Amino acid sequence: MIEFEGVSFVHPTGVKALDGVTLKVGGGETVAVVGENGAGKTTLVKHVTGLLKPSKGRVLVDGVATTATTTAELSRKVGVAFQNPDHQLFSESVEAEMAFALRNFGFSEELVERRVAWGLELFGLTEYRASSPLVLSGGEKKRLTLACILAWDPQVVILDEPTVGQDALQKERLAETIRMLTSTGKTILVVSHDIEFLWPIQPRVVVMKSGKVVGDGRAAEVMAQKGLLESARVAQPQLVSFHGALRSRPTSPFVDPAEARRWIAGERR
Amino acid sequence: MPAMLEVEGLSFRYPESRRKAVSDFGLRVEEGEIVVLAGPSGCGKSTLLRAVNGLVPHMYSGDYSGDVRVAGRSVKATDMRELAQTVGFLFQNPENQIFMFSVERDVAFGLENLGVPRPEMRARVDEALRLLGVEPLAQRAPHELSDGQKQRVALAGVIAMRPKLVILDEPTSLLDPKTASELVGLVARLRKELGTTFLIVEHRLDLLVGVADRMVVMSEGRKVLDGTPADVLLGEEAEGYGVAVPSITRLQKALAREGLVSGSRVMTSAELAAAVEGPGGI
Repeated sequence: MIEFEGVSFVHPTGVKALDGVTLKVGGGETVAVVGENGAGKTTLVKHVTGLLKPSKGRVLVDGVATTATTTAELSRKVGVAFQNPDHQLFSESVEAEMAFALRNFGFSEELVERRVAWGLELFGLTEYRASSPLVLSGGEKKRLTLACILAWDPQVVILDEPTVGQDALQKERLAETIRMLTSTGKTILVVSHDIEFLWPIQPRVVVMKSGKVVGDGRAAEVMAQKGLLESARVAQPQLVSFHGALRSRPTSPFVDPAEARRWIAGERR
Repeated sequence: MPAMLEVEGLSFRYPESRRKAVSDFGLRVEEGEIVVLAGPSGCGKSTLLRAVNGLVPHMYSGDYSGDVRVAGRSVKATDMRELAQTVGFLFQNPENQIFMFSVERDVAFGLENLGVPRPEMRARVDEALRLLGVEPLAQRAPHELSDGQKQRVALAGVIAMRPKLVILDEPTSLLDPKTASELVGLVARLRKELGTTFLIVEHRLDLLVGVADRMVVMSEGRKVLDGTPADVLLGEEAEGYGVAVPSITRLQKALAREGLVSGSRVMTSAELAAAVEGPGGI
């Protein structure tokens, strides 16, 4: 679904933000992109949406090079919720914000109405339907941008730091939404510092450092590599550290506290 | 002696809202304490912070009752300019507060506004740059810095004002975990070296367990929990109020209920593993 072939990107200032990235993401995969501030995660995402074009190499989305299509065409396939929601909210009301892209894509009014109602309900925003997006809190704005994207049903959904400003309950709901999207066959890219949020979702994990992909694999494999994580300044999930610190332990780390508790109870017997 | 921060029976309702954002809230923070304020979105944390730095009621009007005193002075009776010398505020996004052409000028900005004499300004800026470890960046333009560096520079600007009380509003939410824990380390260092008092709003409680003296939990405008990190995180109520109890702490609690581990401290992953495999364990 998404292919990076030896992609490098140099900013006009001369800073190399991507350095020979090769990466293949299949349809229906859920991929977390992690790494320290400035590692190139957001630049990577902007190459999928076509907002940035590679200085070297090429990026293909659904088999088509991003240089051979327009960002408008790509946006039908790729929905992205940016880190700062203020960069993408501009309508007079929450409802109009959600309807904007749908009307642009030529959906019927009946479908627009249904999709808007569905999205507002899913993200607990129905009460703000007629309000200006500007009165929403930071966390609510982030949920609105996500609702807008899901409403037009793109094949690829990209979430850039989705948990910023979200409390524990909202994070749980967000994780549920990601699982729901995964089960409907969407391709999902999540860029996040929030390792504790990502861990129970058990995505494929891509580790970035200085514009390069330095780690790539199943969450359990990548998160167990302490040296790799340290060099990329990525924290290890608490339950993985706990698993690693046990003298005798099961092969795979615990996904949640309940699983750890069950294993310990079993060992005691 | 007055406490650094005293909030007594504070209630506040914004004009456009039917519900009180803060309701009959009381809090006492002693000098040099690090207090974390937690609770779900919309619980009134931001309004409370505004009531401490004076934005409420000086910039946001509404129904206000009760009193907030910082170092013994009533916030509602003190003008913002004077308050700014006692209370420092660090925003979630440092881009909201750094904007000058060089880091050094940015850190000096607040002092220039107050008309602090040049030699003293120089000394205070240098000290703040040193304490925050950003001296090498003094001549750089803020927009060239990484997010973590920007957040340190913004905090240096706050510290240069020598506030007695510093408020941090989700200071780590844009930072990667390592950079975030370094920032938390700096908070502990500033408290130790300058005796600064901190009031911190943060969702990522795992970062703060080791440095916070107290955790206060708000729900629907009220204070519902107030105690040491262990009291709050190991207690039975926090999760019900939407507090993000770290996963390893949830495991510790589950094991404690079964009598497998004991102790009244919040443990790290390694400590919990040692306790599980220790005497009486598996």
